[in-house]
Amino acid sequence: MTALARAEAAEAARRDGPPRRRRGVRPGRVILPVYSWLVIAYLVFPIAVMIVYSFNRVTRGLQQVSFAWNGFTLQWYRQWNAVPGLTSSFWLTIRLAIAATVVATVLGTLLALALVRYRPPRFRGKTLVEQVLFLNIAAPEIVMGASLLGLFVTINLARGFLTLLLSHVAFSIAYVAVTVRARMAGFDRSLEEAAADLGANAWVTFRKITLPLIMPGILAGALMAFALSVDDFVTSNFVSGSAVPFPVWVYGATRVGIPPQVFVFGSAIFMVGICCALASIVVSRRQP
Amino acid sequence: MTETHTARAAAAGEAGPDAALPAIELAGVAKEFHSGGEVVTAVRDMDLAIREGEFFSLLGPSGCGKTTTMRMIAGFEEPTRGLIRLHGRDVTGTPPNKRDVNMVFQSYALFPHMTVFENVAFGLRRRQVPRNEITRRVGEMLEIVDLSGRERRRPRELSGGQQQRVALARALVNRPRALLLDEPLGALDLKLRQAMQVELKRIQREVGITFVYVTHDQGEALTMSDRIAVMNDGVIEQLGLPREIYEHPATRFVAGFIGTSNLLTGTVTRLAGELAVIEVSEAEQILVPVRGLRVGPGSPLELTVRPEKIDLATRRPADGACALRGTVTEVVYLGTSTSFAVTTTTGAEMVVFRQNSALAGDLAGRGDEVWLSWQPQHSYPIG
Repeated sequence: MTALARAEAAEAARRDGPPRRRRGVRPGRVILPVYSWLVIAYLVFPIAVMIVYSFNRVTRGLQQVSFAWNGFTLQWYRQWNAVPGLTSSFWLTIRLAIAATVVATVLGTLLALALVRYRPPRFRGKTLVEQVLFLNIAAPEIVMGASLLGLFVTINLARGFLTLLLSHVAFSIAYVAVTVRARMAGFDRSLEEAAADLGANAWVTFRKITLPLIMPGILAGALMAFALSVDDFVTSNFVSGSAVPFPVWVYGATRVGIPPQVFVFGSAIFMVGICCALASIVVSRRQP
Repeated sequence: MTETHTARAAAAGEAGPDAALPAIELAGVAKEFHSGGEVVTAVRDMDLAIREGEFFSLLGPSGCGKTTTMRMIAGFEEPTRGLIRLHGRDVTGTPPNKRDVNMVFQSYALFPHMTVFENVAFGLRRRQVPRNEITRRVGEMLEIVDLSGRERRRPRELSGGQQQRVALARALVNRPRALLLDEPLGALDLKLRQAMQVELKRIQREVGITFVYVTHDQGEALTMSDRIAVMNDGVIEQLGLPREIYEHPATRFVAGFIGTSNLLTGTVTRLAGELAVIEVSEAEQILVPVRGLRVGPGSPLELTVRPEKIDLATRRPADGACALRGTVTEVVYLGTSTSFAVTTTTGAEMVVFRQNSALAGDLAGRGDEVWLSWQPQHSYPIG
C-alpha cells in the first residue's frame, strides 16, 4: 500500500467515525446542566426568599420581618414610604450612587486611556499607578474605610454626603479603569489616525471615534461603580456620619428588627438590576 | 467626474507658475526612533520628488522605511531632520488633519460604528461641506468604486474587497492633492488582488490624483506604477520606470529583490569597442556593454542577466553572443514556462526560463550538459 493510499484509508476511517456506542445517554450530557442549575439555585435562593417574604403578612406585635408565613399581602408595597428614615436613606443611596458613578466613570476612563496610550518616557510612574490600582482592588475594605475615616478626622472634614462621595469615588475608580482598559485592549489606533487624516482634530476624533467605540466598556465600568456604591456598607459605615445610606440604615435596623419595607426596597433594586440585564441582552442581540 | 477635473484645473490655475512643482517633495528627510536607549534609523537623508498626477510606488522589504516615509508625508510621524513640502508648501510640523493628503490604511481603518455612507462622508463633514453636496459627492464616489446601493451597510457586513473600496472612497471623496496607500491590497486573496490592481489604476486615471503606493510586492509595483522607488535599509536604492528597474537594476539589492535575477562576477579580459569581454574559457565568454563605465582589462565586473533572456541549447551558439556551458540540476514545470537551474563550469548557479511550446518539446532534462547564451545587450553591469 502506498503512503497516499494509506492516508486516504485513514481519512475515510476518520470520516466514518468510531463504530462504537452511539445510543444511550452519556454522563457528560447530564452533569453539566444539573450542576449549572444547582449553582443558579444557590445564587438565587436568598434573593427569592427576600422577594417572597416581602409579601408576608405580619399578624401581631411590631411591624417586623418574621420568617413564619402568615399569608399574602401587598400592604408593604402600599406602605413602602411609611418607615421614617428608611425612604430618605434609600434616596440618599441613589443620589450618592449616581454622583459617585459619574465622577468615578469620568476619572477611571481617563486613567484607562492614559494607561493604554502612554509608556514610561512620557508617562513616568506608570507601573506605580498600575500597582496602586491593583492594591485598591485587593486591599480589604475595612482598611480603606478606617484609613479614610482617619483622614477625614485629621483634616477635620465633617462626615456626610461629601465624605461618602469621596470614599465611593475612591474605591470605584480602579474598577472602572480596569474595565475600560480591557475594552481598549483590542482598539485599533489606526482608526484615530484615519480620523485625523480625514481632518478631525483631537477632540472630534475622541468624540466621534474613540468614545463611541469604547462606550460598552465605559457603561460596564459605570454599572459596576453604581452597584459597588449602592451596596457598600463597610466604608460607608465609617465615613457616613449624619448622612445614613440604605445599607447602613438596614444594618442599624437589624438590632431592633427589620421593617418589611426593607424587603420591598431590596426586591425593587433587584428588579431594576434584572431589567438592566435583560435590556443589555436585547440590545446586544439586536446589533449584528 | 468633470467636476473633479475642473476643480483640479482651478487649483492648478490658482497655483499658476507653481503647477510645475512636485506634488510631494522630501528634502534631506531622516527619521530616527529611540527604543530602549538605542537609536534606530528608519529613513536616512532621503531626497524625493513625486510628480503631480503620477502613480508612484515605494517598494521594498519590510523594515526598509517605506511605511515610515509614507507616515511622515501623512503627518503621523515627524522627520528627525529635513523638510517635507506638499506643492511647494512646507508642511513639516503640520498635524495630519491640516494636510491636504489622505491615506488608505493597510487595515482599512473603517469606522466600525458607522455605515458606509457615514464613513465616506466623515472627511466632508469635518470640512463643513453642505449636506446636499455631501450626499451627492458620496454617491458619486461610491459609484466610482462600484458600491452604489450599499450606503446603509456597516463595514463588517462587507467583504474584504468591498471594505477596501470603501476605504479608497473615504479618502478620495475629499479630493486630496495626493492619496497615500499603505499596502492596501495586502489582506486580499490573489484573484481579488489582481482585479483590484487593475481597478486602482483605472480609478487613479479617472480622478487624476497623485497616488503614492507602498508595497513589498514587486509584481504589484511593476503592474501599476508610473515610477518606482526601490528602498532598502532607509535609503532609495533605485528610482525609475518599472521597465528600467526590472531590466537595469542599479544595485545588487535591486537585482535580487525585483524578480529572479542571475548575478555573475568576472574579471574583464579585454575591451571590444563598447563591450567588455570576460573570457571564461576558450569557448565560453560573457560580453557586457560598459559604455560610460571606467572599466579596463583586469578590472572586476559584476553583472545581472534576467532568466527569460537566456537561451538554452545543446550545441554551442553562434559567435558574438554570451555563452556559458553548464549542467542542468533542476527542471521545474511552471505551466506556460519551464524553469531550469543550471550550474555553469565556473560554479555559478543560474536560472533560465523558457516558454513552453509544442514545437520546442523537452529542451533538456536533469543532468544534461547544455549551453546557455544571451545577447550582449541583456548583460547589465552593476555598481
